[in-house]
Amino acid sequence: MFARYIVQRIWQLIPVLLLVSMAVFLIVRIIPGDPVLVMMGIDAEERSRISDEQYHAVQQQLGFDRPIYVQYLSWLKRIVQGDMGLSLRSRRPIFETIFERFPATIYLAIAALLTGVAIAIPAGVIAAMRQNTGADYAAMGFALWGIAMPNFWLALMLIVLFSVILGWLPAIGYASPFENPVGFLQHACLPAVVMGMDLAAPLTRYIRAEMIEQLSQDYVRTAWAKGLPSRMVIVRHALKNSLIAAVTVVGLQTARILGGSTIVETVFSWPGVGRLLIEGVYSRDYPIVQGSVLIIAVTYVFINLFVDIVYKWLDPRIQLE
Amino acid sequence: MKQESLPVALTAADSANSHLSRFLDACRVIVRNRLALLGLIIVCAWLVTALLAPYLATHDAYEINIANRLQSPSSDHWLGTDSLGRDTYSRIVFGARTAFEVAVGAVFLGAFFGIPIGAIAGFGGRWVDAALMRVMDAIIAFPGRLLAIALVASLGGGLYSLYIALGINSIPSYARIVRAVVLGQKEKEYVQAARMTGESELSILFLQVLPNCLSPLLIRVSLDFAHAILAESSLSFLGLGLPPPTASWGLMLKEITPFLQLQPMAAFFPGLTISLIILGFNLLGDGLRDVFDPRQYER
Repeated sequence: MFARYIVQRIWQLIPVLLLVSMAVFLIVRIIPGDPVLVMMGIDAEERSRISDEQYHAVQQQLGFDRPIYVQYLSWLKRIVQGDMGLSLRSRRPIFETIFERFPATIYLAIAALLTGVAIAIPAGVIAAMRQNTGADYAAMGFALWGIAMPNFWLALMLIVLFSVILGWLPAIGYASPFENPVGFLQHACLPAVVMGMDLAAPLTRYIRAEMIEQLSQDYVRTAWAKGLPSRMVIVRHALKNSLIAAVTVVGLQTARILGGSTIVETVFSWPGVGRLLIEGVYSRDYPIVQGSVLIIAVTYVFINLFVDIVYKWLDPRIQLE
Repeated sequence: MKQESLPVALTAADSANSHLSRFLDACRVIVRNRLALLGLIIVCAWLVTALLAPYLATHDAYEINIANRLQSPSSDHWLGTDSLGRDTYSRIVFGARTAFEVAVGAVFLGAFFGIPIGAIAGFGGRWVDAALMRVMDAIIAFPGRLLAIALVASLGGGLYSLYIALGINSIPSYARIVRAVVLGQKEKEYVQAARMTGESELSILFLQVLPNCLSPLLIRVSLDFAHAILAESSLSFLGLGLPPPTASWGLMLKEITPFLQLQPMAAFFPGLTISLIILGFNLLGDGLRDVFDPRQYER
């Protein structure tokens, strides 16, 4: 039954991935102007800079002289084989460039995930345990404000406080967690808090609601009646069951965190795929834009798949729609 | 023939009365729900600010005055000045106009395409439904901000690009809402009755079925306003949204970033403004959700 669910879910993924690839392919085609010049990184006014031979060579190489569906299929074939072409600026293979940047994005996403969970669990549990008290209102106020606050503004405010005024943490930069763990923690601290807020705010609300629901269940009442210590009732019983339901929120928000990494990586000069995408947009390096968007979107799709499967595993009552 | 159409006519009259009574109930629940009321007040306040911007601004929002650059809040410049000496308060006031302009366009575009797509998917056959919904899944498969960045990168910045980039993002949510309601309603007795009276499928869809989507759509619109304003600010902050010297809150933050060490307060107010308006729309959306939850009326 579980295996059948996984197969069905993967089967559903194929048309979505194909449509995603089509959309990414079309990114370059909807740019106003001649796509050959766009892919060469030059303006229409600069057309005279290149000879007709050069123009036709690129046109032929990229297949722009063929029907669009043929162009798409040959592009897809090259992508599947791991060939995304060369960056217009650095002339380096795009796959290589992206996979150099990918670990930094993943490290930051993991740091943000841990930060978000570390904030949300205690805040949600305390809010639920002390319902309608100052602590509850504070936690809910934090959650509401956290959802409303733009992450780039939070990033700027944290830089002002911790880097400019207090001088405790570096405002920008990156260090590898394996070569310089302390440096990594120092550099990752602010961006992880900013990205972690995207998870912490909705998760706090969710854990509070789930905990309130669980705490009113008969099994919890029985546990209290049996005289079990409060920590055991709260952590082993109520929180454990609340967290099962929270897995979906964590997973979906993590996928969103990855999608929103562009801004945070740009503000903190974090050398991830998100920043690569923005650099590509600024320098009009469209193959880099295409590659980065494709990688982030595909990762997002697979995280969502993983979340669905984990949730089904945790709660077998879930049905495929 | 007249006799046949009577039950439908009665249903329509009943339905109008029930809509009115539900609307009055909804107003009562909103007023009773303090957070939703706060949301409504915040949203209305910003809407009035946007409409009356020229009267509420104390200075010309676009007038550059280098001699006055990066000033702290004072009686002359209530929220200080930016790196070009422009009055921050006046730019925030005009920024409300920009935010609503972008959000209205994006939400309209999303609803304009999303509602018919959802209706066709729900009312059409299995294959039409599957094909349309897979396209919607593909749009959802992109993280929202990423798709907007990709589209703006391709189309170039500016108001119309933002409408398209943000509007496309919200099409699937409208389509899904409408499809779900249509699927739930299309086999109901009142739809069968309308069909028997010879009403066309199109009129059944628009006059009988779609009014049932109003409540969830209203919630969606409120939340989408928040999304659109946040996305416009983010894109403008990245330099991919509206071009300078437009009074956009995101652009204001982008312009002040190099001067953070000199005047941190200049970054504080535009961000606070974005947070406030998004909080307002979110609270209103949450409140509307409570309003349209039938259990509310039983309390």
